Amino acid sequence: MSGTQNNSSARRNRNNVVIGAVLLAFVALVFSITVVKMMGGATMEAYDHTVRPSLEKTE
Amino acid sequence: MADATLIDQGRETDVGDYFALLKPRVMSLVVFTALVGLLVAPVSVNPIIGFASILFVAIGAGASGALNMWWDADIDVIMKRTRGRPVPAGKVTANNAMIFGLWMSMISVLMLGLTANYLAAGLLAFTIFFYAVVYTMWLKRSTPQNIVIGGAAGAFPPMIGWAIATGGISVESVLMFALIFMWTPPHFWALALFMNQDYDAAGVPMLTVTHGKRTTRNHVLVYTILLVPVAMAVAFTSIGGPLYFTTALVLNLMFLKGAYDIWKRDDDAAEADNYLVERKVFRISLYYLFLHFALLLVEATAKTFGLTWAAWPQWI
Repeated sequence: MSGTQNNSSARRNRNNVVIGAVLLAFVALVFSITVVKMMGGATMEAYDHTVRPSLEKTE
Repeated sequence: MADATLIDQGRETDVGDYFALLKPRVMSLVVFTALVGLLVAPVSVNPIIGFASILFVAIGAGASGALNMWWDADIDVIMKRTRGRPVPAGKVTANNAMIFGLWMSMISVLMLGLTANYLAAGLLAFTIFFYAVVYTMWLKRSTPQNIVIGGAAGAFPPMIGWAIATGGISVESVLMFALIFMWTPPHFWALALFMNQDYDAAGVPMLTVTHGKRTTRNHVLVYTILLVPVAMAVAFTSIGGPLYFTTALVLNLMFLKGAYDIWKRDDDAAEADNYLVERKVFRISLYYLFLHFALLLVEATAKTFGLTWAAWPQWI
């Protein structure tokens, strides 16, 4: 590949597309993990600097 | 940004250059052994959680590779094998490799903790630390035993895989660690026997250079003898079985025979046939590790289909 102006912008385009795809894949992955965890019974609530009765362990 | 103008890179950095910083070939070995560790564990893991966890382990291992390339750029440029790496080739600046390595380390450890558990994440963090700091920065340039202790970094992945599934450490995961740990020195020194010129020029203390090839041959034999009981012990744990045992027996005899052959002869004989025996043993060592882990996978698969042999002794 010779480093002409055209090639350089084409490469930059390609790089942007790849990085975009990687970020989108990461978002999709985190979303899938969340879905799996919640279907497995993980709670939607977490510590919120105040007493939350729904988070108390019951017998 | 300013330093970009100071360095004439010839061309711009590609995404592919950053991918190369992650040492994809090392990564494939990490993925394989971590996956085996995860799959042979007695706890089944949701496929998506398992996939994501292994991915984060791979990214973490890659991150340590990027940190290694940042620190070692000065010697990588000397050695023929490593000259084409992104930093010595001028495709990525050393500073950018460091920043990339640090970010990927943090992201992978944090994500593994959130996805699996914090023991697995802690083990991954320790692995990265061990490879990037203990091995790369400290041992590699200071002692010819660098391979021995540095090999621990490569031995952690199956233990991480096991921790992802079980959230714990057990005799099985420690033995899988020990298997890779004990395998690394004879594997690497067999290689060093027939290609050490590069390390010499770069000033990395290799046993072949600092203590000579005679000592290296002795070391190959001793470490192989120490490796055998570890590999055979795995057969008598919950992840072992007759298939693993039989294969391991053959592989260990082959490796032991090879190490003996290496030990028996001297360098004059080796140079006469262009290190034929050493090359052969190196190739055997590759099959050796791959097949041990592949057979653990076979045993696990057999168990899921109910193919177990109740009479098989489980001593450990």
